Amino acid sequence: MLAKRIIPCLDVRDGVVVKGVQFKHHEVMGDIVSLAARYAAEGADELVFYDITASAEGRRVDRSWIARVAEVINIPFAVAGGIKSEADAQEILAYGADKISINSPALSDPDLITRLSDRFGVQCVVVGIDSYFDAASGVYQVKQFTGSEKSTVTTRWQTLDWVAEVQRRGAGEIVLNMMNQDGMKNGYDLKQLKAVREICQVPLIASGGAGAMEHFYDAFAVADADGALAASVFHKQIIAIPELKQYLKEKGIAIRT
Amino acid sequence: MKLAVIDTKACNLNSVLQALKRLEIEPLVSNDQNELKTADKYILPGVGTAQAVMAGIEKGGLSDFIRSLDKPLLGICLGMQVLTKYSAEVPLNGGLTRIDTLGIIDSQVEKIQAPGLRLPHMGWNTVRHSDHPLFKGLAQDTYFYFVHSYCVPVCADTSAVCSYGQDFSAAVCKNNFMGVQFHPEKSGAAGAQLLQNFIAL
Repeated sequence: MLAKRIIPCLDVRDGVVVKGVQFKHHEVMGDIVSLAARYAAEGADELVFYDITASAEGRRVDRSWIARVAEVINIPFAVAGGIKSEADAQEILAYGADKISINSPALSDPDLITRLSDRFGVQCVVVGIDSYFDAASGVYQVKQFTGSEKSTVTTRWQTLDWVAEVQRRGAGEIVLNMMNQDGMKNGYDLKQLKAVREICQVPLIASGGAGAMEHFYDAFAVADADGALAASVFHKQIIAIPELKQYLKEKGIAIRT
Repeated sequence: MKLAVIDTKACNLNSVLQALKRLEIEPLVSNDQNELKTADKYILPGVGTAQAVMAGIEKGGLSDFIRSLDKPLLGICLGMQVLTKYSAEVPLNGGLTRIDTLGIIDSQVEKIQAPGLRLPHMGWNTVRHSDHPLFKGLAQDTYFYFVHSYCVPVCADTSAVCSYGQDFSAAVCKNNFMGVQFHPEKSGAAGAQLLQNFIAL
């Protein structure tokens, strides 16, 4: 049976792993390669690396660390951040990443999703969506350039519409970053996750809000996400991956142990 | 032992090369028959599309070379799929109904039938094997990493089965020709074990 995936997310800035709360106040969490190796050894099913500054500041990033990660770890990993063209994607895949994840550039240039899928295959094109629940209007809005608070803009897209659109254009997987929950450790936004799941025919990864083991269980059992992504609970060793996987397995979730 | 990775120029070989490096193997990487002839074992990797991999094989004039091999060959993912007779994975706008492949394994490549499930079949799934030496030391229902939307149905040469909507070949073996649908180079310790088993054959 296909296992649900546990995916540590490593936000990368200036060659180190950082983590902020609600996409702000970044603090340094550790070295990229050693953290990646640790998670792979502990049983992570996949890793995601986000260069969180790349899109917001429009600068070209030094990606040589990807090759060092590919040398060391023997599980799949995706790289996100500043991928605006087929050439960017080509570089990242050539360094040894298995997937590329695009977010802000997909909003600026939706056809990029199709061009990347056609060239590299849908299986390696992940679209990340930063979704914000605006309580005043009761609407899930797609945000862009979320690398810093100052750069963040609200797009014309509502989340469910954008989820449908990126699938139509060739996304092979969707990572739903639920911004209101990010870093809060109160659990994933299950209502939103379920709504997206209903219209998402490609693998769906929940992101933003994991703080306890039951939050992962809920993402899988309640919202049927294919994977759950988290950062600080792993970096700060609040949750150990082997224990989490054992817990989920005992609760009847298909998990690789 | 000299291992060659057949370079079809259609895909990124980095993952496979890194996995071999972790096993302390420095393979020959080539699409030149004269160089490839000197090897004792072969890996045929494949990421991308059946058409691209076959174009790479044809371009190197390697179809007959591969078919006539009597030394062990391991196809990975698409590298396994092209061992069969043909693939239904055709370009969206090409007007083709199938891509002819190497025809070593008497089966074909079809779209996965998984109603109600997500495609691609992406992630870690369990494999039931028939104790082929490739799976030595690997328990039944070991997890391997899969990424694909097309599959080889269960056939006479199937030596391991995976289920996702339908049963399909997770591995095929016919004499010296072997293929795995999953990615051993990305399948953690289990994948490394399988590659080590192939090297030790």
